[in-house]
Amino acid sequence: MNWLTPADVSNIELPRDCAHRFLRHTLSMNERLTIKNYIRETRLFRLRLIIAVVVAFIATLLLVARLVDLQILQHKHYTTLSAKNDIDLRPMTPRRGIIYDRNGVILAKNIPVFSLMVRPDRVKDLKNALSQIKGLITISDDDLQRFQKALKQHRKFDEIPLKVKLNDQEVAIFEVNRFKFPGFSIQAELIRSYPFQDAFAHVLGYVGRINTQELDRVDASNYAGTNFIGKVGIEKYYESQLHGEVGYSKVETDASGEVLRTLDQLPPIKGEDIYLTIDSQLQIAAKNALNNKPGAIVAIQPSTGQVLALVSQPAYDPNDFVIGISHKEFNALQSDMTHPLYNRALRGLYPPGSTIKPFIALAGLSCGTVTPKTRIFDPGWYQIPGTKHIFRDWTWRQGGHGWTNLNSAIVESCDTYFYILAHKLGIDRIDDMLAQFGFGKPTGIDMGEELGGNIPTPEWKWKVQGTKWYAGDTVQTSIGQGYTQTTPLQLAAATATLANRGARFQPQLLYAVKTPDGEIAQTDPTQIDPVILNHPNYWDVVLKAMQGVITKGTGYRFGRPPYTVAAKTGTAQVSKEQYDKHEKDLNIPEQLRDNSVFIAFAPFDHPQIAVAVIVEHNMNAPIVARKVLDYYLLSEKHLNCTTTVCRLPTPLIPATNVIPAQTNVIPAKAGIQTNVIPAKAGIQTNVIPAKAGIQ
Amino acid sequence: MNLNRWATPSKKRQHCGTQYRTLPQLLHIDLILLACLIALVVFGFFILYSASNQQTNLVIQEILHIGMGFLLLFFLAQFPPHFYQRWAPLLFAVGVLLLAAVLVIGRIDKGAQRWINLGLFRFQPSELMKIIIPITLAWYFAHQSLPPKIKELSIAGLMVIIPAVLTLKEPDLGTALLLVMSGVCVLLLAGISGRWLFLAAIIVVIALPISWHFLHGYQQQRILTFLNPERDPWGAGYHIIQSKIAIGSGGAFGKGWLKGTQSHLHFLPEHATDFIFAVVGEEFGLFGTLVLLFIYLLITARCFYIAFQSQTTFTRLLAGSLTLMFFLSFLINMGMVCGLLPVVGLPLPLISYGGSSMLSTMASFGILMSIYSHRVLIDQ
Repeated sequence: MNWLTPADVSNIELPRDCAHRFLRHTLSMNERLTIKNYIRETRLFRLRLIIAVVVAFIATLLLVARLVDLQILQHKHYTTLSAKNDIDLRPMTPRRGIIYDRNGVILAKNIPVFSLMVRPDRVKDLKNALSQIKGLITISDDDLQRFQKALKQHRKFDEIPLKVKLNDQEVAIFEVNRFKFPGFSIQAELIRSYPFQDAFAHVLGYVGRINTQELDRVDASNYAGTNFIGKVGIEKYYESQLHGEVGYSKVETDASGEVLRTLDQLPPIKGEDIYLTIDSQLQIAAKNALNNKPGAIVAIQPSTGQVLALVSQPAYDPNDFVIGISHKEFNALQSDMTHPLYNRALRGLYPPGSTIKPFIALAGLSCGTVTPKTRIFDPGWYQIPGTKHIFRDWTWRQGGHGWTNLNSAIVESCDTYFYILAHKLGIDRIDDMLAQFGFGKPTGIDMGEELGGNIPTPEWKWKVQGTKWYAGDTVQTSIGQGYTQTTPLQLAAATATLANRGARFQPQLLYAVKTPDGEIAQTDPTQIDPVILNHPNYWDVVLKAMQGVITKGTGYRFGRPPYTVAAKTGTAQVSKEQYDKHEKDLNIPEQLRDNSVFIAFAPFDHPQIAVAVIVEHNMNAPIVARKVLDYYLLSEKHLNCTTTVCRLPTPLIPATNVIPAQTNVIPAKAGIQTNVIPAKAGIQTNVIPAKAGIQ
Repeated sequence: MNLNRWATPSKKRQHCGTQYRTLPQLLHIDLILLACLIALVVFGFFILYSASNQQTNLVIQEILHIGMGFLLLFFLAQFPPHFYQRWAPLLFAVGVLLLAAVLVIGRIDKGAQRWINLGLFRFQPSELMKIIIPITLAWYFAHQSLPPKIKELSIAGLMVIIPAVLTLKEPDLGTALLLVMSGVCVLLLAGISGRWLFLAAIIVVIALPISWHFLHGYQQQRILTFLNPERDPWGAGYHIIQSKIAIGSGGAFGKGWLKGTQSHLHFLPEHATDFIFAVVGEEFGLFGTLVLLFIYLLITARCFYIAFQSQTTFTRLLAGSLTLMFFLSFLINMGMVCGLLPVVGLPLPLISYGGSSMLSTMASFGILMSIYSHRVLIDQ
């Protein structure tokens, strides 16, 4: 009270009630503190208010500093981010190239499919919506799982596929009920379709959803808009031609990714259409000829090396792989005892059996170990001098073939003759000849994936088996048993070489490429190192004998065709125990029965087709080969090529284009031969006398 | 003796007739504050027009909110401060009851139960509480000798904690924090001693890790996201990243009105409500944000002046805390949008679209005007 002067009181804008209170308290002589409180409270309050103002000022300065930092100092950075937000570079998927056969029949095309897509941010109650849509359209657990997985990996406003490949009915059902499902939509996408289903599975392969490893291998920017990539077969080998080049459109989008307008565009370049050397009708005929038996057929045009048919049975439907095969289906295919996923034509390793004999014969003739006239006596078995093991001829029970020369040895497929020949020749010279025909290494066909097979050498045996090479191994090799392994493709290519009398062409599947401008560029045959014999007459000797196989020999099951054929039969044993048993003994379990092998070319004088057939656990290879050759050379339907559904109105390439290729080749071949003959004449004469002893 | 008897309006007018010579004084309006508010609301209207993508129905709604807000302001300015003081306990009781009612019968919107439907319009009792708490505490402290001692502090604390917890239950972390803050503001102005503040700070630091477990998942997310927005760019961090891009890309003068790509192409979420400040930053640049901030500061300054000039414990505590709350609410919103503070879901007062926030803010200005215009001036 003592420091409160009247002047103070008048200086403060004292409210009335306070004045009254002041008076009241003073008069009633209440606590004096109450009066002091008022002054103190005012001072305290004003002090606090000033502190608050100062703090607020500092906080405001902080905010201003932040704004300056964001809007001036970091302006450039955020402008970039802002531009990135609304300008989007959208990839435009190029159309994948179509695959035709040599006649223009479509083997692989692109069809639109309808997929049910979901944008999670536009669906109010996803769980409920999913259960509702399940009532309308069947959605498998696999689909749901895939969807839930994708849901976690994508942004909320990305379209996520719920079900792909809706049928027309499902599309219709959804469209009718569409209003009930905001956020759900149906989108069309081009996917690969293989109209012949399993018939070309092992040629074309298939495309499938691209995975991260594959994306690492290709130029990822070119695949920005692509969902599919060739996984196997032609689709994989010619991926770069088929895929095309991605295009881009620069668009302005909103936050949900919806395009507001297109600013700029670089259209995609569609993939090149390719034509395969495959003759689709022959392929189907060959497939039918196999009659669902596991096996492989490869048909080659000898004059060019073009593969006319490449069948591996059993096969699968590549369409199943395009969308993504379910685990269950894939496991079923994988665990199938007949291995439908395995490409037997390129990767099947079969002992060639007796079909190797013409090549061994050529080696014997060329090296001078035998002459066409050389005779041996076959008692039905052979024993290497100085050893105990007896090698039986397949006719052992009947007492052997008796006196046999090279011709009858091929015609009747006399094992003993070749045992003796091989023993005299030695493994090195056999291997040399087999290698010249391309056995033991991949043919280089434009599909990849193929295996090289094996021609056994002493070094190989030492390396792989750790044992030394015995003379018996050589003897086994001569009848295509033992360690020799060939693929059907190699056999077919070697047969084509026989038909060409030594000229060799790399097997090829690419017939022509149609560039985006519409030009068709035909691929040229690739000639490779020919097989050179010491005397061209040796070809006649062996090929004539092969003709005899059909007319009077083991090829009797082939029948009598109205055209000339050169062929060789073969049997490849699957189980050693079955060797003694007769092939027709039906007590042998099917999977242990011998494979039958058959090689042939026709017509004899102007070979148009060379074929190798392997039928597993079945002796029908000659019958199958007959059907294939008949279809190619005789069938009206095939020769006229008018009745097929897929046939294009005009043939792609005039037939005359093909013929020059043939005629070009033949002189070249002749040239090689004629060059060779004089040089080798001397050697021959030197060698022949040395061999007289065999006879 | 009834305290209020000393200053009934009729008596006041008779005694101090000279105060009400001008029309604004008669209407209990502070022209400076009103002018600033109108400037802000007009600016805000243009921003909202752009931020809402020129949605006319939304803009009309907001005009309605603004109109109702000013009506409420004029209405509340007519009551003298001691009227509020007298009814404070009842107001508090009604407010708490409404908050409890929200939890039982409230409308669920975006996962939170914050609304009561009154037929004509829905409203958020927690917004109402932002005014009721300062009124109640000011009422309480007006009867106590200040600075408050421990007993008064605990009672005041209870008055804040009860509504805050109820609000947190809705759940509405932002408003709950704001309610606690309004209580703290009153305590600060009431002269709570530094020791108590220090103690409170320590308690908060200790309580933080414990309270973490009581937070909702999305609230935890927001805090984690504030610490590192890039942690989840498409999820919880999306808001703050996009808002920073919007502000930053605005530059010095902005992209121009209606030309902000971030908001118009919907990259910026909540661009008409909590994140509307980012639209200002994008379309008007640093210039725009500073002008807006300046208007806000003008209003705050005027309110500080009113608080400074107020005469009774009740009015000064009320005016001071309402001022501080207004300041804090726009500063927190701006700080949040700039990435300085975690995303707590508070609107930018008077500019963000939304009726409850508009009305409660206008109500607080109405009370401030009432405090200013009902001062007792002693003739020199």
